[in-house]
Amino acid sequence: MAKYRMHLLVCDGTTCHASQSESVKNALQDCLELNNLENEVKVVSTGCFGYCEKGPIVKVLPDNTLYVKVKPGDAEEIVKEHILNGQIVKRLLPTESVAQVYASEGKTPFFDKKQIRIALRNCGFIDPENIEEYIAHDGYQALCKCLTEYTPQQVIDIIKRSGLRGRGGGGFPTGLKWEITAKVKSDQKYVICNADEGDPGAFMDRSIMEGDPHSVIEAMAINGYCTGANKGLVYIRAEYPLAVKRLKVAIDQARAYGLLGKNIFNSGFDFDIELRYGAGAFVCGEETALIHSMEGKRGEPTFKPPFPSEHGYLGKPSNVNNVETYANVPVIINKGADWFASIGTEKSKGSKVFALAGKINNVGLIEVPMGTTLRDVIFKIGGGIKGGKEFKAVQTGGPSGGCLTSHHLDTPIDYDNLIAAGSMMGSGGMIVMDEDDCMVSIAKFYLGFTVDESCGKCSPCRIGNKRLYEILDKITKGEGTMEDLTKLRNLSEVIKDTSLCGLGQTSPNPVLSTLDNFWEEYVEHVVDKKCRAGSCKGLMKYIIDAEACTGCTACARACPVNAISGERKGPHFINQEICIKCGTCMEKCKFNAVLLQ
Amino acid sequence: MELVKLTIDKKTLEVERGTSILNAARKVGIEIPTLCYLNLDGLNIENKPGGCRICVVEVEGRRNLAPACATEVTQGMVVKTNSTRVLNARRTVMELILSDHPFDCLVCPKSGNCELQSLAHRLGIRDIPYQGEQSTYRKDTSPSIIRDVDKCILCRRCEMMCNEIQTVGALSAINRGFMAVIAPAFEMNLEKSPCTYCGQCVAVCPTGALTEVDHTRQVITALADPTKTVIVQTAPAVRAALGEEFGLEPGTLVTGKMVSALRELGFDYVFDTDFGADLTIMEEGTELLDRLTKYLGGDRNVRLPILTSCCPAWVNFFEHNFPELKDVPSTARSPQQMFGAIAKTYFANQLGIDRKNLVVVSIMPCLAKKYECQRTEFSTDGNPDVDFSLSTRELANFIKLANIDFGALPESDFDRPLGESTGAAVIFGTTGGVIEAAVRTAYELYTKKPLAKVDFEELRGLEGIRAANVDFDGLELRIGIAHGLGNARKLLEEVRDGKSQYHAIEIMACPGGCIGGGGQPLHHGDASILKARQKAIYMEDQNKTIRKSHENPYIIQLYKEFLGHPLSEKAHHLLHTHYFDKSTQIVIE
Repeated sequence: MAKYRMHLLVCDGTTCHASQSESVKNALQDCLELNNLENEVKVVSTGCFGYCEKGPIVKVLPDNTLYVKVKPGDAEEIVKEHILNGQIVKRLLPTESVAQVYASEGKTPFFDKKQIRIALRNCGFIDPENIEEYIAHDGYQALCKCLTEYTPQQVIDIIKRSGLRGRGGGGFPTGLKWEITAKVKSDQKYVICNADEGDPGAFMDRSIMEGDPHSVIEAMAINGYCTGANKGLVYIRAEYPLAVKRLKVAIDQARAYGLLGKNIFNSGFDFDIELRYGAGAFVCGEETALIHSMEGKRGEPTFKPPFPSEHGYLGKPSNVNNVETYANVPVIINKGADWFASIGTEKSKGSKVFALAGKINNVGLIEVPMGTTLRDVIFKIGGGIKGGKEFKAVQTGGPSGGCLTSHHLDTPIDYDNLIAAGSMMGSGGMIVMDEDDCMVSIAKFYLGFTVDESCGKCSPCRIGNKRLYEILDKITKGEGTMEDLTKLRNLSEVIKDTSLCGLGQTSPNPVLSTLDNFWEEYVEHVVDKKCRAGSCKGLMKYIIDAEACTGCTACARACPVNAISGERKGPHFINQEICIKCGTCMEKCKFNAVLLQ
Repeated sequence: MELVKLTIDKKTLEVERGTSILNAARKVGIEIPTLCYLNLDGLNIENKPGGCRICVVEVEGRRNLAPACATEVTQGMVVKTNSTRVLNARRTVMELILSDHPFDCLVCPKSGNCELQSLAHRLGIRDIPYQGEQSTYRKDTSPSIIRDVDKCILCRRCEMMCNEIQTVGALSAINRGFMAVIAPAFEMNLEKSPCTYCGQCVAVCPTGALTEVDHTRQVITALADPTKTVIVQTAPAVRAALGEEFGLEPGTLVTGKMVSALRELGFDYVFDTDFGADLTIMEEGTELLDRLTKYLGGDRNVRLPILTSCCPAWVNFFEHNFPELKDVPSTARSPQQMFGAIAKTYFANQLGIDRKNLVVVSIMPCLAKKYECQRTEFSTDGNPDVDFSLSTRELANFIKLANIDFGALPESDFDRPLGESTGAAVIFGTTGGVIEAAVRTAYELYTKKPLAKVDFEELRGLEGIRAANVDFDGLELRIGIAHGLGNARKLLEEVRDGKSQYHAIEIMACPGGCIGGGGQPLHHGDASILKARQKAIYMEDQNKTIRKSHENPYIIQLYKEFLGHPLSEKAHHLLHTHYFDKSTQIVIE
């Protein structure tokens, strides 16, 4: 292998890719060649760095300088100044303010020491389309160790001792799941990877598959060895083309290297992996629905037991884990169960990847040890609230999670604490809200999602969520009553209590948690007909300040429903009965006389 | 057998491992309400998607409520079926279901016989607090079945019947969430789908979402028309079930009362489809012997096994799914159509009237019969051999409509000549009956000896697929029987693959045969009703003086005066048919 004095790592995850990172990479390559540096400096496409807010990202090694929001036109300056002259291009460094410039990755608060990289260990460091880079970072060492040094039960014991729990949301102990599947006798078993990441705003699994696909492949093979399965299936969303491509490339490479296929590491163990595509139904992330979808049936859940471990794909025992869970496995084998168990809290070990989104400065992907507080995540790594506004709530656990408030900021994040607080871990979506967010509208937004994504099989989820949505809609339009609030609570509790699968059992969480934590906002909507965040249009009214109005008639002429009357050069009035709240008058007024109340 | 001890509503009991909470509770007299659940015990038909969530119960130590139908008991389980939490959840779920259901009970064809309505009553629902949008869909009318899926509650029973039991695959869930509904693929009309009109979806639908096309009004109009002579034929399975609609015990034979009722309704002649059944045996039995003799004589152009062809849903099924086998089934028309063809020729001649002025009505346990009598090959110059087919349920409603006190009716006998029949014809109403009737006649025609014993017990029962060998004086006749189209499919695949060991196979589309037909009084999931009807059918056979089709004096007379002999040219023209390849006819608009 050629030796290079420097590496330029260009993020090519979906987010940076969408911001032209490929052109950045090509421009850098061209500049290097122009300066005859191509044998000294190597440009590498990597998976996600997580710092999506500032993409496209270019990292210079070995000095760890991080350039953000790089454009193709910046390539020449980076090559000339940084590589040839040894001068950092300051204007491309991450900044918080003019005074705060971070010269290297380690000094950037986003990559604060609070972050730890286990599942994301290779994302942003290696070229995901080059198996040799993965192997150079201890790749497939764990598989080799398992096949040549351990019995399946010994591997299961390591995973059990590590305390790893399912990262897809349920938090079921992974080792135990493997053990159950291993114990069932069958002529055929399957290893299934749930890559049907469906939470709005979540992209943890996508980033792992784009940035480090081999870690998933390696872990699935290890799982196959433990459970006695020789066939692996990845159920992946067809909407993840880049992840699909990288997984395909990785599977082909692994086959070419003999790491998939017959007699892996001369151990007599055969294992291969195929992809299955999801068609974009959220409920297919539920494991029984996922299996039905893979079988070509309607993607809807069936009750458990029997669990997939006993009766799964095509009726055969199947071990279903999600992408992030698998990504943890090779490290656990390499570094040991005790190392992994030393990270995290008593019942939640290791780390968790979160997708930070919403009104937060550093939107992106982070990985923190279990037990990190929400405050550290939001204010240290996330850089606080956008525009210096006030933090109001954070939604964890995707559409099925709950909204937590400032009271919960010092709660250490783990499975059990989040449930106790009325939310859940989920797959790791974290959406931050500020004072401009109306909590009733937020609950309505999430219910809108579950109404769209319910499969319709059981009545409480099919009809109940629809009715919840309708009541919330009524409240945001200013037509709600106190009785509606009682109905909301009863309905939410019954839906949770009676729904068939995890979707319905958790879908009322946004309603219940906002009722618990933001009760006064609901009452304001219902009793005072007021939305403090100013986001419920139905509760707002446009009025004209008679003092400021010059009687220019611009608003009256523009009003599409003729709701504005008044004499020329005299103050105008808006008839609230007719007004449709389109806001045209406010746009047209040159004297700021139209106010929103 | 491992026993599990548990407590339900403070009652301690022991049941077998694997028992559901629902069935365990029944053992101690606790009837947990259900809606989507359906179990036809002994017929291997069960629907438990766990979807309606009406049967939820509280299980100690469990986070959420458990569906009693789908949750198995465990050792030491403590169950509460009527706690406040359960009652509130059950009521709320029911209120939700009703909030998405049309409130037109007063004019719904299922009113009074609707499981949703009964449940609302049982749960004491008095208002619907959760009002909102209702899902609406296009109403779809086919020749036999009406889909009014605004009333669908997604119990999935029809889907289970259509896919798992019948393997027809015409109905399944489409769309998601609130818009989810049961429909043919791409929401095409049922008529364009591979539906066979077996009506098993209608037979299990708890609400008015799936009902039959009602032809009662057309029949009333014909009866009131002085220029028309209106005659009626009644299928064998009707007499074993009609009484249920008037509060009689399942399995009560009401042949005589039914004849009286039909006469009171104004039919000019009350005849029996059983006459057509006897005729079918003459034709089909002779065809069997003909094919068998040729085959045994080395002629490999004839195809065996011969398959019965009296069930119209079954005919539709192989036309859609096995068109390559369309020369295998018997060409004999069904009893309904044989009756119609004879009525509109032989009997019309006897009366001296034009066939257009003779209206033939059939009373059938079946919905596919409505479609069958509309098939163009069963009409002459646009005039159908059978004008209207009413289901057992429609007849019951018609009798009620005419203010007839069914229970008080005297018993009376069918008219002659088309009302005379044998015991062989009666058993057409149950699975195994057609082939038994055929064997009775074929045996005597083949061996030229009288049967020592008329009853062939080995052909009877409710097993989905049955096989028996009958000794034809040295020739072993191998017989297969299937009821339910899924079972039929298995036997047909053997035939297609050349692996079938049978000489003759009887197939009926509905589980149990016509006694379980889609037009029968609703069994609401009680399989003992089907068993009682089957028993009644065999009882009627026992009571008949003549029990072999070829001994029916009026059949003998018919051949003598009109048809000549079985398989004669006239018989071919009037009593036989041909089949079509419908496999390519699925049109997506």
